[in-house]
Amino acid sequence: MEIKDVIYGINGPVVTVKNTESFSMMEMVYVGNLGLIGEVIKISDKYTTIQVYEETTGLKPGEPVIGTKSPMNITLGPGILDNIFDGIARPLKDIRKESGSFIARGSKVPSLDIERKWKTKIIVKPGDKLKGGDIYAVVEETRAIEHRCMLHPYLSGVVQSVNQDGEYKIDDTVVTLKDETGKIHKLSLFQRWPIRTPRPSKKRHSPKIPLITGQRVIDTLFPMAKGGSCAIPGGFGTGKTMTQHQIAKWCDADIIVYVGCGERGNEMCQVLNEFSELIDPKTGDPMTDRTVLIANTSNMPVAAREASIYTGITLAEYYRDMGYHVAMMADSSSRWAEALREISGRLEEMPAEEGFPADLPSRLSEFYERAGFVTTLNDKEGSVSVIGAVSPQGGDFSEPVTQNTKRFTRCFWALDKSLAYARHYPAINWLTSYSEYFVDLDKWYHENIGHDFIRYRTKINSILHEESSLMEIVKLIGADVLPDDQKLIIETARVIRVGFLQQNAFHKEDTYVSLEKQKLMMKVILKLHARAKRLISAGVPISQIKELGVFDRLAKIKYEIPNDKLYMFDEFLLDIDKCFAKFSSRLVKK
Amino acid sequence: MILDYIGVKEINGSLIVLDDVDDVFYEETVSIKLDNGTFRQGKVVQIDGKRVVIQVFEGTKNISLSNTQTHLMGRPMQMPLSLEILGRTFNGSGQPIDGLGNIYPEERRDVNGMVINPVARIYPENYICTGISSIDTLATLIRGQKLPIFSGSGMKHNDLAVQIVRQAKIANDESKQFCIVFAAMGVQKDVADYFKRCFEESGVLQKVVMFINLASDPVIERTITPRCALTAAEYLAFEKNMHVLVVMTDMTSYAEALREFSSSKGEIPGRGGFPGYLYSDLASIYERAGMIEGIDGSVTQIPILTMPNDDITHPVPDLTGYITEGQIVLDRNLSGQGIYPPVSVLPSLSRLMKDGIGEGLTRADHWELANQLFASYSKVSDARALASVIGEEELSASDKRIIEFGKLFEKYFISQKFNEERSMEQSLDLGWKLLSTLPKSELERVDDKWLEKYYRPDDVNFGVVVDTEEKDNEDTDEDEDE
Repeated sequence: MEIKDVIYGINGPVVTVKNTESFSMMEMVYVGNLGLIGEVIKISDKYTTIQVYEETTGLKPGEPVIGTKSPMNITLGPGILDNIFDGIARPLKDIRKESGSFIARGSKVPSLDIERKWKTKIIVKPGDKLKGGDIYAVVEETRAIEHRCMLHPYLSGVVQSVNQDGEYKIDDTVVTLKDETGKIHKLSLFQRWPIRTPRPSKKRHSPKIPLITGQRVIDTLFPMAKGGSCAIPGGFGTGKTMTQHQIAKWCDADIIVYVGCGERGNEMCQVLNEFSELIDPKTGDPMTDRTVLIANTSNMPVAAREASIYTGITLAEYYRDMGYHVAMMADSSSRWAEALREISGRLEEMPAEEGFPADLPSRLSEFYERAGFVTTLNDKEGSVSVIGAVSPQGGDFSEPVTQNTKRFTRCFWALDKSLAYARHYPAINWLTSYSEYFVDLDKWYHENIGHDFIRYRTKINSILHEESSLMEIVKLIGADVLPDDQKLIIETARVIRVGFLQQNAFHKEDTYVSLEKQKLMMKVILKLHARAKRLISAGVPISQIKELGVFDRLAKIKYEIPNDKLYMFDEFLLDIDKCFAKFSSRLVKK
Repeated sequence: MILDYIGVKEINGSLIVLDDVDDVFYEETVSIKLDNGTFRQGKVVQIDGKRVVIQVFEGTKNISLSNTQTHLMGRPMQMPLSLEILGRTFNGSGQPIDGLGNIYPEERRDVNGMVINPVARIYPENYICTGISSIDTLATLIRGQKLPIFSGSGMKHNDLAVQIVRQAKIANDESKQFCIVFAAMGVQKDVADYFKRCFEESGVLQKVVMFINLASDPVIERTITPRCALTAAEYLAFEKNMHVLVVMTDMTSYAEALREFSSSKGEIPGRGGFPGYLYSDLASIYERAGMIEGIDGSVTQIPILTMPNDDITHPVPDLTGYITEGQIVLDRNLSGQGIYPPVSVLPSLSRLMKDGIGEGLTRADHWELANQLFASYSKVSDARALASVIGEEELSASDKRIIEFGKLFEKYFISQKFNEERSMEQSLDLGWKLLSTLPKSELERVDDKWLEKYYRPDDVNFGVVVDTEEKDNEDTDEDEDE
């Protein structure tokens, strides 16, 4: 076959082909003799512009460019979990087997293991009518997760024949299907899906169940919903990645998709190590059994960084369609936006704010809108929750990526530099963060944790806000001049900050805290506050109350009461009573 | 067939444009012969059909439209490598300049390197004891880490780098396997000489590979210097199983050279006029640190950068901070008070620290001690701000204690002599001694068992130590003056 289309120009990751009509927008192409993967991003009458997902060093004008006639798509099937992919879904472990410790270009390793045999159970019989999204076979993918093979959303028909249950490779035919036009389709264990197209669902609901993370400041003050979207902005060193890791480890989603987008290689390595050592508390299996990692480290090609986010969300949607609750972490979406900027700069497009392309807001909204709580095509409930880290330049939240992300997410956990400097982690600032999911989730909290939880939360919140306005005064004239009741606010707020909001990710008891314990902790703090307040209004100086040491004990209660010994809170309350009882009797005697 | 192209079509900044070029590939190296017999090196940075844009490392001074012969080398930019490079000095683009002749290469490597597969990495968790309390205790350096020093002009970042290099027990008992790669980009001759002299004095010169691009050397050459240096480092680490410490100074000059190149190429500028791809470009340098499974060697990077106007939000320190695994920030105020090393403790951080310290590595109480020191010291600035408003006399007792703690901390913990080496144990004990000046109730970050073991409020006798140490300081100051 004569090669029609050849490389004309090369500029970084952007390659142009001259005078051709063979390509369509967003078509996936193979570039050069090495067959580097690329995607068509611009077509004019003279030039077709392609972004290449690998380093272009060594490419020559005149080398062939071959189209695939389909948009950039990935293989979806068993073998995704417990795997680590690059930005365009190539398996890094297999690439390592092929090319060693360093990543070679033009790798042709298939995404999923095509040799491995999966124990498959066929759940349809000949004559069954199937519509798009219906499940025809189930595979035990990992110990914890059952993989449900679904009919491609745009396909429907009548089952003609089925194979017996047994062990199959992903491209073995297990079911044949005749569609309305009479065409026979062979169904295997996998399907392909273009990464930039959202997968369809039957109906979207507003979120109603919280994504429980076991992190107190999040679950209590700024809850996140299953199917919600959330932004974590913060300058470097404020703990974005730490927060993402904690949520990935402990949140109650069924599947975790972790996208390391333009971040550090050592960090991905750490996620790999930590997750394989961690045991999922619910199933007793390693955490990796429910996790898929996508790694585009900061030195990997920038065009693949742009794709990595879409690859991640497509995988997340695929598992959502099976009826799972999926949480996707994107660390960090700013790197993705910068990749957009870089490509747009190479195309010499007119830049908008700070050099970012003008379509940045629409690209961001498109991405975050793929989160949601849905009824799937096969009438199950599933959700995709998106938690995106944002790395604002210079820690300045007014920059375009943070601002636009804020518009399209309903939950905002602002990480604060001064908290991080004091090693107050998670450094989520309780004054600037917000969650709009409060109202949606109130009902769930009422039904599952009890009415008190909401009440406590409101009270805690108001003490913190009161403290912050008091601190303005303290900064000017010192704490000594405040009246005792205001000093009490400051003291209680200190206990809340140190004993409640701050959480030690490396402490066995503190790294994950159940909602029940969170509630009891709030209860004890507020009880102590109320009693102390009563004493103060009876004229007892706060210094004498502080001498009892209960505040200091309370600040350490998070370590002292293990998660499985919550009855100790009652004992602690009795202790407080005892302390104060002595005290008030003394008061009476006076 | 070897073809030379005579003359150029266009010259713009450091770029030349050739027309009618056949059979050229992207990032191919070219050699340009001027009619006065000198050679320059360049690299293909853009191709449009037969029109080729070449970046000339040595600059385009004296090049005219007709006085050049350009030869395509048929390979990307490579660095000749063998063990001989140890003890040698190269210019910014990897040519020997010490008069000892060319390297007889065992192999040649592309200076751009290749991406380490994240699954092939080993997560770094062996700490490097630098003998400097503020770093060892609060921002521990880990083998395979990239930990930059953020400084400003006039501060003693070079001294600090030298002290780290000299004292770093990078290889524990296998000290034979240890070497240093030093890359200087756009530094003054004095600075380069200072490093060389210090390496010489500490007797490690035979283990140092130097890449020098002075402030007076061609600017564009700087864009290739760190890549040459890291190629050498990777070769020594991953081929020869050595532990390599890479010191690169000054990354700000590097970024400015990149900006110059980008603007002459007519690219759309991003923040501060730097190219939009500055992040990816810096990452392609910094990410070349680490350890690989199955290989004993390691690459540890200590890039030094000066923050223009001490502004940590300037694009270069900002983007660097997002890529590197922490940072050591120097503080002008401390420096002004004569405190060396002027490490600003609060913004300094080592991301890999938590897995490299603790029981069996440093000491079991290390993490909590460090946290408590951070937490307590962070209160100092608030108390000082208050004192400046209402006067120190009016402060509450606890604020006064905090201010006192701050003073002691800066004087005894952060401050250290240039040749003073403190063991990890010493640094940690010193930390506890400082915490012991505070009441127990304010130490909410540490477990009671550590308090029982290390908290000794009766044993705080800084008063006595003050005099002797101050004398010592004065003595050495005088010595140095002489």
